[in-house]
Amino acid sequence: MILEVQDLRVEFPSRRGTLVALDAVSFGIKPGEVLGVVGESGAGKSMTGLAVIGLLERPGRIAGGEVRLEGRRIDNLPHEEMRKVRGRKIGVVFQDPLTSLNPLYTIGQQLVETITTHLPLTRNQGRERAISLLKEVGIPGAEARLHHYPHQFSGGMRQRVVIALAIAAEPALIIADEPTTALDVSIQAQIIALLKRLAQTRGTAVMLITHDMGVIAETSHRVAVMYAGRIVEVGPVRDVIHAPRHPYTVGLMGSIPRIASRKTRLVQIDGAMPRLNAIPRGCAFNPRCPKRFERCFADRPDLLPAGTSEAACWLHAPAAA
Amino acid sequence: MTVVAALLTLVCVLGAAFSPWLSPQDPFNPAALDLNLAFKPPAWVEGGDPAFALGTDNQGRDILSTIMHGARLSLGIGIAAVLLSLVLGVSLGLIAGYYGGSIDAVIMRVADVQLSFPAILIALLIDGVARVALGGDRHEEIAIPVLVLSIGFAGWVQFARTVRGSTMVERNKEYVQAARVTGRRPLAILLRHVLPNVMGPVLVLATIHIATAIITEATLSFLGVGVPPTQPSLGTLIRVGNEFLYSGEWWITVFPGAALIILVLSVNLLGDWLRDALNPKLR
Amino acid sequence: MPLLRLEAVSRDFDVSRPWLNRVIEREPRRILRAVDRVDLEVEKGETLALVGESGCGKSTVARLIVGLYAPSEGRIAFHGRRMQMIFQDPYASLNPRWRVRDIVAEPIVILGLQEKPSIRRRVSDLLVQVGLSADDGEKYPHEFSGGQRQRISIARALAGEPDLLLCDEPTSALDVSVQAQILNLMTDLQRRLSLTYVFISHNLAVVSQVADRVGVMYLGRVVELGNASSLFAHPRHPYTRMLLDAVPDLQMSGKPRTPVAGEVPNPLEPPPGCVFHPRCPHANERCRVERPAVIDSVACHAVEEGRI
Repeated sequence: MILEVQDLRVEFPSRRGTLVALDAVSFGIKPGEVLGVVGESGAGKSMTGLAVIGLLERPGRIAGGEVRLEGRRIDNLPHEEMRKVRGRKIGVVFQDPLTSLNPLYTIGQQLVETITTHLPLTRNQGRERAISLLKEVGIPGAEARLHHYPHQFSGGMRQRVVIALAIAAEPALIIADEPTTALDVSIQAQIIALLKRLAQTRGTAVMLITHDMGVIAETSHRVAVMYAGRIVEVGPVRDVIHAPRHPYTVGLMGSIPRIASRKTRLVQIDGAMPRLNAIPRGCAFNPRCPKRFERCFADRPDLLPAGTSEAACWLHAPAAA
Repeated sequence: MTVVAALLTLVCVLGAAFSPWLSPQDPFNPAALDLNLAFKPPAWVEGGDPAFALGTDNQGRDILSTIMHGARLSLGIGIAAVLLSLVLGVSLGLIAGYYGGSIDAVIMRVADVQLSFPAILIALLIDGVARVALGGDRHEEIAIPVLVLSIGFAGWVQFARTVRGSTMVERNKEYVQAARVTGRRPLAILLRHVLPNVMGPVLVLATIHIATAIITEATLSFLGVGVPPTQPSLGTLIRVGNEFLYSGEWWITVFPGAALIILVLSVNLLGDWLRDALNPKLR
Repeated sequence: MPLLRLEAVSRDFDVSRPWLNRVIEREPRRILRAVDRVDLEVEKGETLALVGESGCGKSTVARLIVGLYAPSEGRIAFHGRRMQMIFQDPYASLNPRWRVRDIVAEPIVILGLQEKPSIRRRVSDLLVQVGLSADDGEKYPHEFSGGQRQRISIARALAGEPDLLLCDEPTSALDVSVQAQILNLMTDLQRRLSLTYVFISHNLAVVSQVADRVGVMYLGRVVELGNASSLFAHPRHPYTRMLLDAVPDLQMSGKPRTPVAGEVPNPLEPPPGCVFHPRCPHANERCRVERPAVIDSVACHAVEEGRI
């Protein structure tokens, strides 16, 4: 396992009490595997990514659980140590390519700086590597483009540069937070394919955070569905999409529009995801769940085995209950 | 914290506004002054007189009363001048920001030209022209309105610039477009949709400007070209007291100076409180 | 007679540098043609969707229709009484300083549609109609979520009693489950109030669920226009095919996808001839030189020549 997260809990102390942003989040990613983390706004998927790389904004803090990278605990490292780990072992791709790159430096300078900081190479060797990275992510005329500034690239090209920066130090894990959301559909497809190829050829573990199930379907091996700060279902992508086990996932898949042959009415889940300060007792989904019963209001379910996946739902409790 | 500031300001403003009724003595009436009572130190110092709590100045005026009246004058001039700057600046800023193009260019170039002159200079210019045009006596009568006009005209540019920037942002927002689609006229859109959303920074700016206006007026009075000498403002007092600072009569400058600082500070704090109070998002 | 007709409508934007810069650096004026000779018709009661990627001009067409821009060329003929528009960003669509009841009442007041005493009642009815409660009128926009704000925008649009409703990416900023609620709401309202929609979106899947007819736009031109079900089942123009191919496949049928080549060119310097030719797998000499005419609702030489 490259990344192991156990029982992660993230809290935000506030004037009106403590808000729990993430609760009992557990998952693992193997080398070469792409884990998709999907959920709607406020579900906690970006928060999970930030918690793993140690970039939670104050006053948020990790209040419980463990995060292990290649067997070593990283959630309790001092700042300086974590900074080194972040650059060398974890690469990050954020949503907005425009603000991910420093507009005042050429991409060559930014690439070489990252490479020489984390790897024992000379500047010239770093430069060679930068060129090969740019070629690997599919930027034509790589050598000439080293001298270009970020604004001289289009959106899709910029995101490729950001990906190149993320893999520059040969990380074991890449965290991509909505990497294609700001891009056009045709460019999206290119970037998705690139991420998938990189994971396979380099054996990197990839945590792909997005709200777009379609992107996950194309890239991921496994998917974790998040709701109100918890993982409600996790399993192989094919199974979660075609045979969802948790009522929320069922509703979610039903409301995703697909290319239809005629006008149809979409399945809708009434209501909205609860805010962090108003999470219901028991299962967080119970106000909106069409299949709820008494136990759902009393106890919060953990992830229970459900076929090839796991679902946090009392419907899958062992028959003895 | 802000409540304390608001209370403080209220005390200052009320004290200043009601000074004719509250102050122990009327310092603007030359007949009521007695030169024998000049240079009395504050009441707690040896030689002081309880009737004059903060002492008297070189003409026998009670410092406390003069501060109250002077503050009233300074505050009045400051508020009036800033109101003028505000109305002028906000209107021009809204127009420049909403219509853009050549209208915007013209207004902004005029603003740029004016900005290259220090505000004091502009106020001096307008004041000087008025003095010459109206002659000595007439000028005395309307010295204060002229002062208000000159400080007011010197200060519109910052309001215009701030409002112009905010207006350009707001006019591209969809709620303005929705109003245009429904057919609302541009003037109505500016007043009812855009203005409420750009006023926030304006209020804070206004209070800072009141402070600046008071200081500008004080400077002009200090230089002798502000308010007439028979109606001293805080600036005049500070000037008068300055001459006696090193001969030992420190109270003539120190107390008006402190009063000026407190006045300006409370005006600034009031502005902050006002801006927050008017923001529906913080209710 | 169609409710709305656009004839050879174009819109140019002057994006030249400021006059002084141009004079000193001897630069020519730069004109961006955002919409290029577009022909469209919308029948009463239908939903016409305009799809395309960013920069294709679909939002500009919406603003031309509703009157926020004037056409540089061509004619727009509207045979209804009123139009209204719903926008993409739920956070910028509502004036943050106004109460919801005033926001929804504004069109009623400006257009004089109700007498003053009955306005309050009408606003409450509208709020209920879009799935909110009458008390919500007292609140401010920031107290609502994105989906609820879009409902308020819809209520405001309906308050103007429009015959035609333009929807510019109304659900693009919303979560998937909220999007489903809003799209269902819009379909219900259309049926109940006999509305006509022009629906702008970049999301083909959404469009396939709501549209009767679809127009595909690329760099300001309509490259294909047709009945929704036949367009999605048998796309004719190479760009339409490419767009459909690029949509991530939730069915995971494993069908191989032809990767899309290149990126959208700079609209200030559109390629000559057919604007799509640099990215088109079927481009020939004629495509590089001659702009294709719209024949049978498709603008493509290869289709005309029967090559695909």
